[in-house]
Amino acid sequence: MSGAELGRRLRERDLSAAPAALNLVEARRPGGPEEVAALLREVSPGALGGDAPAHVVGITGPPGVGKSSLLSELVAAWRCAGRTVAVLAVDPTSRRSGGALLGDRARIAVDPADRGVFIRSTAAGDTLGGLAASTRAAAQALAAAFDVVVIETVGVGQSETDVADAADTVAVVVQPGSGDVLQFLKAGIMEIPDVLVVTKADLGNIAESAVRDLRSALTALDAREVEVVAVSSIPPPRGIDELVAALDGHRAATDVAARRLHARRRHALADFAAEHGERGLRALGGRREAERLLDSLDPRLDVPSLRAALEENAAR
Amino acid sequence: MSEHRLPERDRPWLMRTYAGHSTARASNELYRRNLAKGQTGLSVAFDLPTQTGYDCDHELARGEVGKVGVAISHKGDMHALLDGIPLDEMNTSMTINATAPWLLALYVAVAEENGIDGSKLSGTTQNDILKEYLSRGTYAFPPGPSMRLIADVVAYTVEHVPRWNPINVCSYHLQEAGATPVQEIAYAMANAMAVLDAVRERVDESLMPTVFGRISFFVNAGVRFVEEHAKLRAMSLLWDELGRERYDVEDPKLRRFRYGVQVNSLGLTEAQPENNVQRIVLEALAVTLGRSARARAIQLPAWNEALGLPRPWDQQWSLRIQQVLAFETDLLEYPDVFEGSKVMDGLVEELVTGAREEMTRVAERGGAVEAVGYMKSELVSSHRERVRRIEDGDLTVVGINRFTETEPSPLTADAEGGILVVDPDVEAEQIAALERWRAERDEDAVRAALDELRRVARSESENIMPASIAAAHAGVTTGEWAQALRDAFGDYRAPTGVGEAVAGATSEELESLREEVDRVSDALGRRLKVLVGKPGLDGHSNGAEQIAVRGRDVGMEVVYEGIRLTPSQIAASALQEGVHVIGLSILSGSHRELIPSVIAQLREAGVDAPVVIGGIIPEADAAALREAGVAAVYTPKDFDLNRIMRDIVGLVAQHHGLAAAA
Ligand code: B12
Ligand SMILES: Nc1nc2c(ncn2[C@@H]2O[C@H](COP(=O)(O)OP(=O)(O)OP(=O)(O)O)[C@@H](O)[C@H]2O)c(=O)[nH]1
Ligand SMILES: [Mg+2]
Repeated sequence: MSGAELGRRLRERDLSAAPAALNLVEARRPGGPEEVAALLREVSPGALGGDAPAHVVGITGPPGVGKSSLLSELVAAWRCAGRTVAVLAVDPTSRRSGGALLGDRARIAVDPADRGVFIRSTAAGDTLGGLAASTRAAAQALAAAFDVVVIETVGVGQSETDVADAADTVAVVVQPGSGDVLQFLKAGIMEIPDVLVVTKADLGNIAESAVRDLRSALTALDAREVEVVAVSSIPPPRGIDELVAALDGHRAATDVAARRLHARRRHALADFAAEHGERGLRALGGRREAERLLDSLDPRLDVPSLRAALEENAAR
Repeated sequence: MSEHRLPERDRPWLMRTYAGHSTARASNELYRRNLAKGQTGLSVAFDLPTQTGYDCDHELARGEVGKVGVAISHKGDMHALLDGIPLDEMNTSMTINATAPWLLALYVAVAEENGIDGSKLSGTTQNDILKEYLSRGTYAFPPGPSMRLIADVVAYTVEHVPRWNPINVCSYHLQEAGATPVQEIAYAMANAMAVLDAVRERVDESLMPTVFGRISFFVNAGVRFVEEHAKLRAMSLLWDELGRERYDVEDPKLRRFRYGVQVNSLGLTEAQPENNVQRIVLEALAVTLGRSARARAIQLPAWNEALGLPRPWDQQWSLRIQQVLAFETDLLEYPDVFEGSKVMDGLVEELVTGAREEMTRVAERGGAVEAVGYMKSELVSSHRERVRRIEDGDLTVVGINRFTETEPSPLTADAEGGILVVDPDVEAEQIAALERWRAERDEDAVRAALDELRRVARSESENIMPASIAAAHAGVTTGEWAQALRDAFGDYRAPTGVGEAVAGATSEELESLREEVDRVSDALGRRLKVLVGKPGLDGHSNGAEQIAVRGRDVGMEVVYEGIRLTPSQIAASALQEGVHVIGLSILSGSHRELIPSVIAQLREAGVDAPVVIGGIIPEADAAALREAGVAAVYTPKDFDLNRIMRDIVGLVAQHHGLAAAA
């Protein structure tokens, strides 16, 4: 099926188009980029007549903190509320072999007969920041069809920056009793996330003190508005409704259209730079000039169109 | 009195045969025949639905009812199973874990209804959950509640069934999942500590020495029988030390390391299966040779272990091995034959040192419960090393990677290929019987018993046993008991260990495979992606894990979700993940029902990717499965994983019309 057709189906909120759309978006086959561009054009703000409806949520944090287990509970809560959910779970790729073991979906319990949930695992590939090359495009495509699109990535320090480009709301997940996220925050190595989540609240005291430490760090960083939520994903689950509310609250308080527009322009520039290097940028009169050019373009354009516009200008 | 002879020949160990299949009645007949042949204790094998707490009409029970053990759905089945067996004289070992409190409750209830008090019963419930997470796979509840259930059984029996062994801390299954001797020792000790610490919270401190004395072990013995014997001496030493130092047990008798054995089965081969008899005999020596670390109870696998389920005659052969060892040889006439042996002492020292180091690593992670993820990935890594050594010929397995020339074996010449085939009608019969049972019981009593059970489960401080025994009397079923607890405790999936498993040493063959995977991936446009799935209740994960890890190591993207998935879950994953090929693994014998069902669901979901399968698939079934759409069938004799990988890449290439490798 063609990219345009898949994009049309997603735009009409046909969830069964998701697997094939992802196969296409992940493909690096010759002719792939054009098909992907066609797909994305169909789900661009221009084609949709506004921003894609989904809430795109990034869930990121160190390995094994309980991101997927938490997602299991979140997905259940969203489904209960009648919201459809797509999960993009990104796992690291083995440097040695290029292969990957994708295990997140094992922890996300769903009813296989429920057509309102879609889970896709991807390997990060050789990209830094834990985000697969195709993940941004995948999130954009799925955001047209699903009510919630979640991106799970592994890491601290870089991954939340990367995922912030693809998501409306980024939740960083923290393991109680391990100070790495706290240190990263304090040292400014890590950008302040939209929501902080402390997992394994069932472990008791250490979870409570983690919440306290994070709150005081946020106060020191003058970011008191960032919510810190403690959750437990093993039965009986705890804090899930609060987290859902915190995520929704963040989105309600955000100018999503502006955030996405900004992200789309950044992606287009990043894609252009990756392809054409410093020479390409010079042809546009430097990075600043390129940004200015992007800002002057139609805000409803999708990433491939923006990138095409850059290329056109560079060739001129 | 001479120092090198015993004044009197020792009494032999308990001789058992791990047995049970189909219905309670059929298994009862089997037990009586086995006892008549000189077996001295019972060892009950339950089917997987009973072990995981599902009634035989549950979706997940399909193809598994009465297959690898006996189906026990309620006290009526337990009555039939034990019919005519004097419970006050019998020593009954039950391989039961997640549902151990329930099967013990049924046993006690049946004894009571036969006028026998709990104080007269002796036997064992395996009741060890950590090794279920690590290897065996029949867990049902999350770690916290599971440890509590174990502790409840211990606390209850210490008081009310004092001759019962409430738990067998198992290292057997760890070796079957690839553990080295050091890992086997260390993880078993760490596990025992976790259990004792959980019990300590539920019994009076003054009872702890008695509790310590009731803990027994279930260990393995591999074919390296000298070192394996040393392992048992090392375990005795460490156990004694733990008792003294950590639990203040003063009476040395209570600190004695008591253990039962099933000897190694992982090393028993499909090729030239008669060689397995030699292996079994040597392994039996490992646990009997030295008197100071001799097993209390032994059960031996049969020559056809890697082919399928043993028939009564196959099991008899193994029982006779024990009898020859105990009654014909002079083994039982001497004191410990290794006393003063430099070799033995040196080996023990080596193992104790290694085990202490590994125990420290587990302790650093917060103890055995917290370290399940760590231990699991260590086991997967060890097993991977074992597989590699066999592939590379560093570890000789006669008939597999050396001396493979063979005459045809007369042992497998019959129509069934020398194994027991369980009548597929058993499932329907058992379901019908269950429906009758439900129709005839007092529903109000059942409801009340289940309400009480749920209340106790949620109470945390109360012991689960009295409410379980009451439920048994009321006619509650296995699935209902477990569901009540699932309602209270929630479900759980154990870690798979594959993600963390370190990449193995690289080789020319691996490199060349990676190039091939890269080439095909480029042509496909996406990296070759495979789903490794385990349908049904089967917990044998070794094969799937090794396939998954090797798949990653040759450059594939591998989706692996662990054990116990329904066909519809597998189909949904395959569709959503966009995989190029699906690999299914079944060892429990339910392939005839489950594989066609997975394929049907895949095709219905619109997934046309090729399906390959592996596991214990008798040749007689392979043809029918190919007919049903399976592209390739692998069994234990296909030990070369790289070859399997090459086949899979080729299959995907072919399916997409790509050129085969040069
Ligand atoms: C190890 C083992 C165990 C371990 C499993 C540990 C683990 N985590 O895997 C333990 C001790 C826990 C165990 C328990 C039981 N076991 Co067991 N076990 C074995 C044993 C000895 C070896 C299996 C093994 O791991 N081999 C090593 C791996 C690497 O080989 P493999 O899985 O065969 O995989 C190879 C191929 O088959 C193929 N392959 C396999 N899967 C896949 C998948 C794909 C995609 C591909 C391409 C290839 C492929 O490639 C692999 C490479 O060589 C076999 C007998 C035997 N010697 O084969 C019995 C055996 C499988 N067990 C058996 C039974 C009955 C049980 C129990 C159910 C007993 C009971 N009543 O409780 C329990 C419960 C387990 C459960 N929850 O389901 C029976 C099954 C009978 C049947 N099919 O009719 C067997 C055959 C023994 C017997 N003769 O009775 N067992
Ligand atoms: N006690 C407790 N354990 C939890 C909780 N959430 C997750 N875990 C455990 O933590 C481990 C890791 O959980 P995952 O959900 O796989 O964590 P993850 O962050 O997705 O891991 P990666 O994707 O591998 O980075 C598992 O063993 C879970 O059972 C929790 O709330 N409480
Ligand atoms: Mg995860």
